[in-house]
Amino acid sequence: MDMGKKTKMNLGKTAVLLLITLAVYVVMKALLISSILSSYWGLVLDQALITTIGALGLCIIYGFSGQFSLGHAAFYGIGAYAAAFVSKTYGHGSMAWFLLALPVGALTAALVAFLIGLPILRLRSDYLGIATLGFGIIVKVGMDNSNRLLPVLGGATGITGLPQVAGFDIIFLCTVMTVLLTRNFVQSSYGRACTAIRDDEIAADIMGIDTTRYKVLAFVFGCALAGLAGALYVHRYPFLHPSSFDFLKSFDFLLIVVLGGLGSMSGTIITSIAWVFLLEGLRFVLGQQFLEFRGVIYALILVVIILLRPQGIFGGKEVSVMAPPKAIPASGKEGPHADPGN
Amino acid sequence: MEHFLDQVINGLQLGFMYALIALGYTMVYGIIKLINFAHGDVFMVGAFIGYYGFAKWGMPLPLAVITAMAVCAILGVVIEKIAYRPLRYAPTISVLISALGVSLFLEYFCSLRFVFGPNYRVVQRPFEEVHWVLGGVTFNNIQVMVAVVVIIMLLLLQYMIYRTKIGMAMRTVSFDHDAARLMGVNVDSVISVTFAIGSALAAAGGVLFAIAYPQIQPFMGIMPGLKAFTAAVLGGIGIVPGAVLGALIMGQVETLTAAYLPTQLRDAIAFAILIIVLMVRPTGILGKNKPEKV
Repeated sequence: MDMGKKTKMNLGKTAVLLLITLAVYVVMKALLISSILSSYWGLVLDQALITTIGALGLCIIYGFSGQFSLGHAAFYGIGAYAAAFVSKTYGHGSMAWFLLALPVGALTAALVAFLIGLPILRLRSDYLGIATLGFGIIVKVGMDNSNRLLPVLGGATGITGLPQVAGFDIIFLCTVMTVLLTRNFVQSSYGRACTAIRDDEIAADIMGIDTTRYKVLAFVFGCALAGLAGALYVHRYPFLHPSSFDFLKSFDFLLIVVLGGLGSMSGTIITSIAWVFLLEGLRFVLGQQFLEFRGVIYALILVVIILLRPQGIFGGKEVSVMAPPKAIPASGKEGPHADPGN
Repeated sequence: MEHFLDQVINGLQLGFMYALIALGYTMVYGIIKLINFAHGDVFMVGAFIGYYGFAKWGMPLPLAVITAMAVCAILGVVIEKIAYRPLRYAPTISVLISALGVSLFLEYFCSLRFVFGPNYRVVQRPFEEVHWVLGGVTFNNIQVMVAVVVIIMLLLLQYMIYRTKIGMAMRTVSFDHDAARLMGVNVDSVISVTFAIGSALAAAGGVLFAIAYPQIQPFMGIMPGLKAFTAAVLGGIGIVPGAVLGALIMGQVETLTAAYLPTQLRDAIAFAILIIVLMVRPTGILGKNKPEKV
């Protein structure tokens, strides 16, 4: 009976979420069509949404499962390269191949994540971080030399002339689906198992949670989202280069997830969008002659935010539509129990 | 064979320099469990100050090295005071993000035109390179200088950690902050001293690096920093001899890969070895495996 009530509450929240989404979509679309938002800012908006998808992936891996990954951009890059390969070799701008390239990107990233995750997820905290960082650098070297294996991948010179078939609509749709999927995952028994592992791995193990299975599951899922983000990215921006996927990009995802507040999906979403717009906004505000100050200001903002809010902007909380339904208190009388004693 | 020995000597030179940087990482990690991402950039600042010292301000080389070490020691302490100390009781990840921020700040700030500028600079060495051949193996005075300087610093550091009062305090703090405080150790000042020493060593490494590989720019600290940290993890982070061992291995791996395999694979092989070592010995080569407690 309680379960039914919970499901109904969650359906209500999903409905509200979808309504908000629809409203955002209509407003954004209107702004884009009326050219109030120039095509340049449209590009920034799409970048923000793509970043959101990738960051939600890391949010699952680190924010909810506690697995410290410094190599998230590697999976973003793997997805991008896999999708680029499909589109460049077979697609040539056709929509059907593009729609196929998206799952190819996500699944390739997921497969690699599975193969690498199985051995390295045994490592803990900083050691895991440094191992994933190393993996990221290996992948980057692989991309730089990818033309030796497949000339179409271009190696260190990157790939040009990719068909730009992804538009605002499809990117927005993917983002919404990612948000729903992430929310449902986190609130499912899988998600609760992951959260238990994050909070105390040994305790979770004792409670009968197969920690390896859930850690790998969360890692693969999160990396698949990064792969999807990468696949969208290559179909939105005409130029693909290995330097877009180096470890600095991994840090980008990491700081979004941490600044948003670990274990907060709403925080991750809002921070991703704010961060991308902040970066572009700085370019706009500073003007040409002060452009060199952008990096300095970016770094200062980062340090100041983390000093003021060490727990992140949202600090593990969610806005209400993203929050799990409240637990219904058990009914019935409290039985007698022993005196707590002194 | 001679070619191989030449490469080993080159690898030693690189390894010694990584060792100087890795020590700072390992000491800081040992004491506050922080991957100090800004350390590679302190190394970069050291390289620039040293370069300005001997090439622009006309200092003799030893004085330039000491100036760079002093400036970076102060820089290290200031970074810790401003960006890490307020987060002492926050989650480690917050401090890590703060370290990343400091790292980016140093890189971009030093790239500004009125600081060091964004371009590569070619370093004019303060002395001529002299080659010697001994038993078929070629080596030069720069390699000798690097080896001598690094070994002297390692011995000094070893003496300081195991034979002086501040060294004892550092070992105590790395063992347990609260217990150290109860024993009357001023934890904050010990942490400051650790940052000062680690940064000074990185600065010395920076000046040597600028002389050995005579090209410097504000982003030069990223890769050596990452490699040195990797070396520290490889040897067992928090353990001083481990950092040196890891650094020497890293140096050999890198030069030997560059010599015998396609050069582009250099970084990939170095990090692949790191991952394999971590699989087999998750706490590094010299690390002790602590059983986890509930």
